[in-house]
Amino acid sequence: MILFWLIAVPLLGGILAWPAQHWRSHAPRWIALTALAIDAGLMVLLLCGASADDSWLQQLNWEWIPRFGIDFHLGLDGLSFLLIGLTVLLGFMAVGCSWLEISEQKGLFHCNLLWTLAGVIGVFLALDLFLFFFFWEAMLIPMYFLISLWGHENRDYAAMKFFIFTQVGGLLMLIAILALVFLHYRSSGEFTFDYFRLLDNRLEPAAERWILLGFFIAFAIKLPALPFHTWLPDAHTQAPTGGSVLLAGVLLKTGAYGLLRFAIPLFPEAAHDFAPIAMSLGAVSILYAAILAFAQTDLKRLVAYTSISHMGFVLVGLFAFNAQALQGVVMTLLAHGISAAALFMIAGSLQERLHTREMKTMGGFWKTAPRIGSVTLFFSVAALGMPGLGNFIGEFLVLLGSFRSSIIITAVSAAGLIVAPIYALHVVQRVFHGPPPGKGVPCDFGWREMALMIVMMAASLGIGLYPQPLLNACDLPLKKLIAQGERHEH
Amino acid sequence: MSTDALLALMPLIIMAASAIVVMLAIAIRRDFKIAFHLTLAGLLLTLATLSLAFRHGAMPVTDLLLIDTYSILACALIVASASVVALLCRDYFQRVEHQNEEIFVLLLTAVLGGMILVSSSHFALLFLGLEILSVSLFPMMAHRTSTSLEAGIKYLMLSGVSSAFLLFGMALIYGEFGVLSFRLLAPWAVSHNLFALTGFILILAALSFKLSLTPFHLWTADVYQGAPAPISTLVATVSKAAVFAFLLRFWVFTQAYRSEILVEILALIGAASVLVGNLLALRQTRLKRILAYSSIAHMGYLIIGFVAGSILQTGFLLETTWIYLAAYVLTNLGAFAVVSALSSDERECDDPQTYSALFRNHPWLAGIFMIHLFSLAGIPLTIGFIGKFYVFAASIDAGLWWLAGILVISSGMGIYYYLRVLRLMLLPGVAVTGTATPAMRWILSSLALLILGFGLFPQPLIQVIQSLPKP
Repeated sequence: MILFWLIAVPLLGGILAWPAQHWRSHAPRWIALTALAIDAGLMVLLLCGASADDSWLQQLNWEWIPRFGIDFHLGLDGLSFLLIGLTVLLGFMAVGCSWLEISEQKGLFHCNLLWTLAGVIGVFLALDLFLFFFFWEAMLIPMYFLISLWGHENRDYAAMKFFIFTQVGGLLMLIAILALVFLHYRSSGEFTFDYFRLLDNRLEPAAERWILLGFFIAFAIKLPALPFHTWLPDAHTQAPTGGSVLLAGVLLKTGAYGLLRFAIPLFPEAAHDFAPIAMSLGAVSILYAAILAFAQTDLKRLVAYTSISHMGFVLVGLFAFNAQALQGVVMTLLAHGISAAALFMIAGSLQERLHTREMKTMGGFWKTAPRIGSVTLFFSVAALGMPGLGNFIGEFLVLLGSFRSSIIITAVSAAGLIVAPIYALHVVQRVFHGPPPGKGVPCDFGWREMALMIVMMAASLGIGLYPQPLLNACDLPLKKLIAQGERHEH
Repeated sequence: MSTDALLALMPLIIMAASAIVVMLAIAIRRDFKIAFHLTLAGLLLTLATLSLAFRHGAMPVTDLLLIDTYSILACALIVASASVVALLCRDYFQRVEHQNEEIFVLLLTAVLGGMILVSSSHFALLFLGLEILSVSLFPMMAHRTSTSLEAGIKYLMLSGVSSAFLLFGMALIYGEFGVLSFRLLAPWAVSHNLFALTGFILILAALSFKLSLTPFHLWTADVYQGAPAPISTLVATVSKAAVFAFLLRFWVFTQAYRSEILVEILALIGAASVLVGNLLALRQTRLKRILAYSSIAHMGYLIIGFVAGSILQTGFLLETTWIYLAAYVLTNLGAFAVVSALSSDERECDDPQTYSALFRNHPWLAGIFMIHLFSLAGIPLTIGFIGKFYVFAASIDAGLWWLAGILVISSGMGIYYYLRVLRLMLLPGVAVTGTATPAMRWILSSLALLILGFGLFPQPLIQVIQSLPKP
């Protein structure tokens, strides 16, 4: 039941927040924060009730559409627990960083924000393929509104592109899901969309390959991996800060989660065959996006390209098929969620102050805004993979794991660690040092922004210095996923 | 004729009688309100008798009609949609007294035509039903201004051509086999008789014209745009639902689904409609034209589901097409109703620019419209998604991968133009003056609730459709 409320609380909060702006101007914000706090409380409750022997902390299974054997089946294990934790944390950040930026239609804004979060939490919990698809598509709508209503100058184009890309990917996934279900129906005579029952299904190698391809394209669009990444720079750049935080921090993670939870365990053999292609795509993404990031002059666009680059590591790690690489993937997801969200918050706060994201018009801000400068330095260094901060753990583990399956790809990916400092330090140098071209920043971070940043910095340091509890949390689920792949091999 | 047969015929009789009653009432005294109330009473009474007849089960009435649960359900869909259209007509035409009362007589005869069409089991009644339906539509389309006259005449001309196709097809089949009853044709559908095949193809062409399937879609956009908004609603929902329900029945009775050539032709028609409808909708600037092209595309989806179901030859055919048809009728009824609620006979609310700021000025109406647009685009939470899910499921089960690919591409295109309309409503801009009456609000809200309700919990709807007798 707790799992249901985990989704329902933000949903109800959103419904409440919409009209709340008429009662009091700040009411939607406080409703949003309350809903998130309740969700955080529920997470703690779940953690307390956890038993060590089963990887599933809790499950919930209600009949939904019996005609097709579709159930409302939710389940939470360590992996989804970590990602939902990240979602709730970034939910707080998204509300916090929109405090001054959003002045129009606050109620609707917070409603969309909470609904996006509800959709994402649903994606992380769903154990029925239809339900998963349902949440996958449903979370797009509020996100579309966030971009197209509160976005920046070119928001129409960006929002439309985002929606069409992900929708087409989603429909390809729907075709793949249906193909899987009908093949299962033919072999067993039972209609089901249930994850566990489909997991035991064995397919013809050719069919498995095609179905995997459908899933892979959908998730690669969301991740995004190289040929499907073009929506991301536009969407991230044009979204309001809160929207960018959610996009980079959480929505991209749903793609990786989908690959990890569904695509690879459902089709282990095809995934093994497909691994060289996927890993190459990942390695190329790392380098290509890093080089493009260096060429950007728009601050948010630059951060957006670094996201693509980091997600390349995720793709490499996912298809390396060993425990270390998968642990690295999970760590990268968490650490990148925090660092990218923080960088978008910085870019957003600079834009709020300067009304531009163009780095050519920036420079020498350290004098007027030392706090912004030091926070930026912290997260730039985190993004480039400095030991002691979260991203390092993730990328190191990914490289360690993938070295065992492909040395060449690991070598190419590792080159990403050389390119990353170039763009990361370039930002710090360009924006905070050198001669100021115009006026400085009108004001430094206030207490609200500083408080948000301190939480984020603490989180990044925590992952970097003592990742063991997180690794323990996702240990059992990852082992199961690997065992699933090996069982099919023999 | 037995009393049971009389009872089965009751809905048709009541519908015909109420058309006459309304006509006489107008002859005595031209009063818009009285005419409207009589019409609504007639429609509701028909609905009530339909539910009575539903319990009786299948009942052949002479050779011409077969009243079974299928036809009764189709009639109920038609009559219920027509009741909404009647309400739209009241709000739209009430400005001018003593001029527009005939619209209700024509509405009732159109519904009567549709009901005869879906109950027919014989070519004679097919022709009669289709003509009553079409002939009632011409004057309704031409009712308002010179542009609507253009729409009416365009439809009249093309409809005449399609009727000629239909008659020629019937003649070919009759000439070859000497029967006119659908059931008796069943053994012949799969025979490789060139005359019969040509006849079937001609009949399909005629029906495709009414369903505005490519390449017979050319009239659609002009007629939808030119006709008064409530009449466009009628053409988009009642007329299409009736013709499609008939097509499905004809298809099953004559067992035409066993003919590979016919199925392949329909597959091509469906794919072409989906692509053409969505592609042309991209470039439209008028809302009614966008909805017109979108309805061409939706008919294409429906035909794809129809083709897939025919290949599967299971209960899936009925289930897929009925779910999609129900989704189509509900969604389009609501979407056109919003346009109609904002329009009146002096000003057609067709320019998307007038919809800008709808969210700010009429948040409730805009919210309803948004739900309908999402349902048209097939986004989850709405019945439109369930319909699309069925079409996808059927085409994958039937192994029609190329059609599934076309569905993906065209859905992507569809989202573009639906979202463009949606965007406009959210923009700041001038206020629309028109607004909905309380009755209208009530109807629109319940339509939106139905769309969301069946979108979230489709099981009851599926159960009703599964309980229909299988072919």
